Amino acid sequence: MSDAVTLTPPSTVDDRTNGLILPLRVRDLVLRLGEAPVLDGLNLDLGPTGCTMVMGPNGSGKSLLLKLLHGLAQPTSGQIVWGEHTAADVTARQALVFQKPVLLRRSVAANLDFVLRMRGKNRGRRDALLDHVGLAHKANQPARLLSGGEAQRLALARALATDPEVLFLDEPTASLDPASVMAIEQIVSDARLRGVRIIFVTHDLGQARRMANDVVFLHRGRLAEHTAASEFFPEPQSQAARDYLSGRIVV
Amino acid sequence: MFFPEHLENLHSIGEAFALALQLVLSGDPDLLEIVALSLRVSLTATAVACLIGLPIGALVAISRFRGRTIVLVVMNALMGLPPVVVGLLVYLHLSRSGPLGFLGLLYTPTAMIIAQTILIAPIVAALSRQVLEDLHAEYAEQFRSLCLTRGQAVAALLWDARYSLLTVGLAGFGRAVAEVGAVIIVGGNIDHLTRVMTTAIALETSKGDLALALALGVVLLAISLSVNAAVQTLRLTATRQAYV
Repeated sequence: MSDAVTLTPPSTVDDRTNGLILPLRVRDLVLRLGEAPVLDGLNLDLGPTGCTMVMGPNGSGKSLLLKLLHGLAQPTSGQIVWGEHTAADVTARQALVFQKPVLLRRSVAANLDFVLRMRGKNRGRRDALLDHVGLAHKANQPARLLSGGEAQRLALARALATDPEVLFLDEPTASLDPASVMAIEQIVSDARLRGVRIIFVTHDLGQARRMANDVVFLHRGRLAEHTAASEFFPEPQSQAARDYLSGRIVV
Repeated sequence: MFFPEHLENLHSIGEAFALALQLVLSGDPDLLEIVALSLRVSLTATAVACLIGLPIGALVAISRFRGRTIVLVVMNALMGLPPVVVGLLVYLHLSRSGPLGFLGLLYTPTAMIIAQTILIAPIVAALSRQVLEDLHAEYAEQFRSLCLTRGQAVAALLWDARYSLLTVGLAGFGRAVAEVGAVIIVGGNIDHLTRVMTTAIALETSKGDLALALALGVVLLAISLSVNAAVQTLRLTATRQAYV
């Protein structure tokens, strides 16, 4: 994989004229699906840089939180404020990589061409992006015949092609082999170094330790704690996080 | 017509088949004319029906609105339009005293194209709606994350479903080229003008000229088979590349 120098750093992208979208402020966020609240009165502040890991047991509301922050779902009540914008206003300035990558029924290169064209980006960047995620040699192959790790790298390249200021990742390495996990983490780390704000859902404790600046721990739709990574792993503050880290189920 | 044998003159169906094959293989000009007109009418109708039906199918596939279920029921019901009824309705509109009578289209290939288009546009719309709705379910969240406009999403769905939609178009073409009820009413089965394979088969059978009827039947089957084979081959190639 080549250096990231060929990629446009977010600060120089021309659609950044509408004010900053960081920091993030979440107030009293509630999401009900049917009767039960899936997210229940969440308050959260995220700074302008770094990598935040969102952790918590299955069903704690991590993926839904990501979708709300990205403007793909509407909260029942509460506020999400990105800088001075609502979530729905800033979707285009963010990108989300799903656990299971949704790739177009086209070649690897055509998947990137599509996004670059739709978003009015310079299509000359396609080869650099493919090179960056180590898929240059697969450019003309059908995207849906890629291995799981390759498919996720293509999804990441597609996300980066939109020059996001915030990159959400929803368990992107959940079913990948260690080499693929390392490749993805390397690409995400490069993005963070170029100033992209990373918000990353994972169950992988090793990954969280390697990547996190801070950890948001959810439990039963509530924020159990939001702690710097240097404190979270040796000394989690909440009982829920202590149970989770020690392998006891807290669903 | 050009083959005077009648049923009673033929020793067997086998003989009719032999004569039919001879007609096909010798490239009989009358036969070729009928086949060419059939293809022109039905291919044009299929193309126009796709131009109308695909956008409607796509729009309904990605939209949620009040009364959507009713629209779906109507779309599906229209797939089963009886060709004679369509023929009659088009006839009423195009006949001299009808609202479109001044166009002078009755008993022309254009009238036949109109009738077949009305017949198969609902098929294209309803089948493509199903194909595109399934694909949309897979792509929708990713497309919203990428902030695609509705037009961009529809274009991408149509392109990514192209191989499935080819089958949809084929279903429409199959229905058009095989129907007789609509084209015989609005076309009139006029020799050298509006005679197509199905109307010729109906006429020649009633006249007892089974050889020509069978020859046309063989050609109709061969066209149907080869078009299907071509589309299947294309789909198979696409499947191997995971493009379906």
